[in-house]
Amino acid sequence: MAEYKPIRKVVSGNYAAAYAVKHARVQVVAAYPITPQTSIIEKIAEFIANGEADIQYVPVESEHSAMAATIGASATGARAFTATASQGLALMHEMLHWASGARLPIVMVEVNRALAPPWSVWDDQTDSLAQRDTGWMQFYAENNQEVYDGVLMAFKIAEQVNVPIMVIESAFILSHTYDVVEMIPQELVDEFLPPRKPLYTLTDFDNPKAIGALATPDDYYEFRYKLAKAHEEAKKIIKDVGKEFGERFGRDYSDMIEKYRTDDADFIFLGMGSLMGTVKEAVDRLRDEGYKVGAAKVRWFRPFPKEELYELAKKVDGIAVVDRNFSFGQEGILFTEAKGALYNTSARPLMKNYIVGLGGRDFTLNDVRKIAEDMKGLIERGELDEEVEWYHLKR
Amino acid sequence: MAVRKPPITTREYWAPGHAACAGCGCATALKLATKAFSEAMEEKFGDPNAFAIAQATGCMEVVSAVFPYTAWKAPWVHVAFENAAAVASGVEAAWKKKGQKGKILAIGGDGGTADIGLQALSGMLERRHNVVYLMYDNEAYMNTGIQRSSSTPYGAWTTTSPPGKYSIGEDKPKKWVALIAAAHQIPYVATASIGNPFDFVKKMKKAAKLEGPAFVQVHCTCPTGWKSPLEKGVEIARLAIETGVWPLFEIENGDFFNIKIQSPGGGAKVKREGGKVVAIEFKKPIEEYLKLQGRFKHLFKRPEAIDEMREQIKAMWKLLGVDVTLPKPEE
Repeated sequence: MAEYKPIRKVVSGNYAAAYAVKHARVQVVAAYPITPQTSIIEKIAEFIANGEADIQYVPVESEHSAMAATIGASATGARAFTATASQGLALMHEMLHWASGARLPIVMVEVNRALAPPWSVWDDQTDSLAQRDTGWMQFYAENNQEVYDGVLMAFKIAEQVNVPIMVIESAFILSHTYDVVEMIPQELVDEFLPPRKPLYTLTDFDNPKAIGALATPDDYYEFRYKLAKAHEEAKKIIKDVGKEFGERFGRDYSDMIEKYRTDDADFIFLGMGSLMGTVKEAVDRLRDEGYKVGAAKVRWFRPFPKEELYELAKKVDGIAVVDRNFSFGQEGILFTEAKGALYNTSARPLMKNYIVGLGGRDFTLNDVRKIAEDMKGLIERGELDEEVEWYHLKR
Repeated sequence: MAVRKPPITTREYWAPGHAACAGCGCATALKLATKAFSEAMEEKFGDPNAFAIAQATGCMEVVSAVFPYTAWKAPWVHVAFENAAAVASGVEAAWKKKGQKGKILAIGGDGGTADIGLQALSGMLERRHNVVYLMYDNEAYMNTGIQRSSSTPYGAWTTTSPPGKYSIGEDKPKKWVALIAAAHQIPYVATASIGNPFDFVKKMKKAAKLEGPAFVQVHCTCPTGWKSPLEKGVEIARLAIETGVWPLFEIENGDFFNIKIQSPGGGAKVKREGGKVVAIEFKKPIEEYLKLQGRFKHLFKRPEAIDEMREQIKAMWKLLGVDVTLPKPEE
């Protein structure tokens, strides 16, 4: 193994994604422009134009065709990638089911952006979370480094379990904000991520396979079970790959939930994505003031790390679930998932849902402080005032 | 004893055992198309099997692959209804990356091509993917039970264009996707029919051999949806050609001023100027085609609708640069 000397570049989250695509030696990219994803595919097109990457790029006429063409390429045996956001992801929805059902290890970067109307281009997780039941795995990046690392790990994980993965980043907060990213020299990426070995291809003429057949009620059920099992098995692969990544490159991802100062915490914040950077910074400040708080960042929303959540939940008195998303008629989506995951366990912390930052509304250190004060009071009183609070509402 | 060479390869890529209806003209079309493809690949690359198929949802998809079986003896992928062209684009890109020699065949019905798949088709053609797109045109959504598509001809009964007191059946002219495809200025566009299998095979081979995208729209009978006799599929398709209902033509590189028109037969008189067909005097009335199909039965009580159909057929030929005369049946 060659010695690891990272290459530091100041890049946006989107460029971090594009570099990861290049370093992963992706073979086919099919994509369609949409704010705030576009600069990913622009950068990839530039790599190709400059001869820096040998990728077949298909500039399709819609996101639906982007995913369809990516499926075609992946079914042929290629390492295939696409990227999208919001409305584009919604247009892809039908194809997302096909990608996972056909067990294709596609990786897609999804830039969280609010769905219209009203028209919005800013950060909101409802677009990706609305794809919860498509059978894709979902990795939420907190920062540009995690976008880069996430894409590389995603290919390695997806190609072992044959399940597609979305690597999700925040609109503008990550996608267009520049930060230092430690990139990995190509030969070391190659050691970590060898070429894909597809189970089937569309070039095996002697032993041709039909992909996408009809299954009667006699068989459909078992296909679904196998996909469900693959998600369960992926939990171990995720940990193994995350650990290997840490051993090779110094950033450990073996935990599906990152724990930040949770060990002796009275209560914790639970959330996903870039807003957890703010929460972690706030935790440091709150700790300085005597609050015993921690942050738990859900990296993998699918498969859902319920075992890890239980280990956290059994040690704390309260969990403030911070959702930059909402399921109408119910509550924040992570909140539902977290409560559901704990129902059949002995862990019964007080849990409250804070709906924050929808459509890119700023979520600040001060907001975390206010939530901490609220949570502290609730825990002292031992009861909830309201289960779901629309935290920023102009009253 | 001298052994006569069969007119087309005996290799099969669309195997017996598929679940198409008895008398399905589209099954015949796919059988011929894949044989033609195989011959083209053998002649071009020395490998008769060097092709893969991307197919849209539809009759021919549903009947061909029911897990764990498949009628296809070629690599085959089906990904939904509206996107055979997009899937084929991705397959082709991966082939290119791999340096794989051969050609991709995309297949869709008229619903999957003229309606829901038109955008993906346009994208595939415009991007110049090395794919032959075969539209099997049975002129309605047959898989879902005979609903009208934009490729359903004027006057036809379907379950969503039923004739009645206030309806003559389908009341819009047929949309000719081949002409839309040709407007992309792609190397090759053709119409074909199972009524003229030799012409169809020749066109499929030509399409398969050239570099870049090609589009072939093949007319194929659907006895179930057309309410026509099972054994008359080829005869009905041939009558469509001979009466002027179905034109056979080729357009290369979008050159609408040099459309190559195939002679319809059936006694039609073809007039040429400078090698180009400029007029056709058909001898068989369209009624001969219509009367074999239950989907047009109601029109025989509405002769004005059949006359309107004649006008639409003339207008369609006009687009091809041909003046046609269509006879009325003798009293």
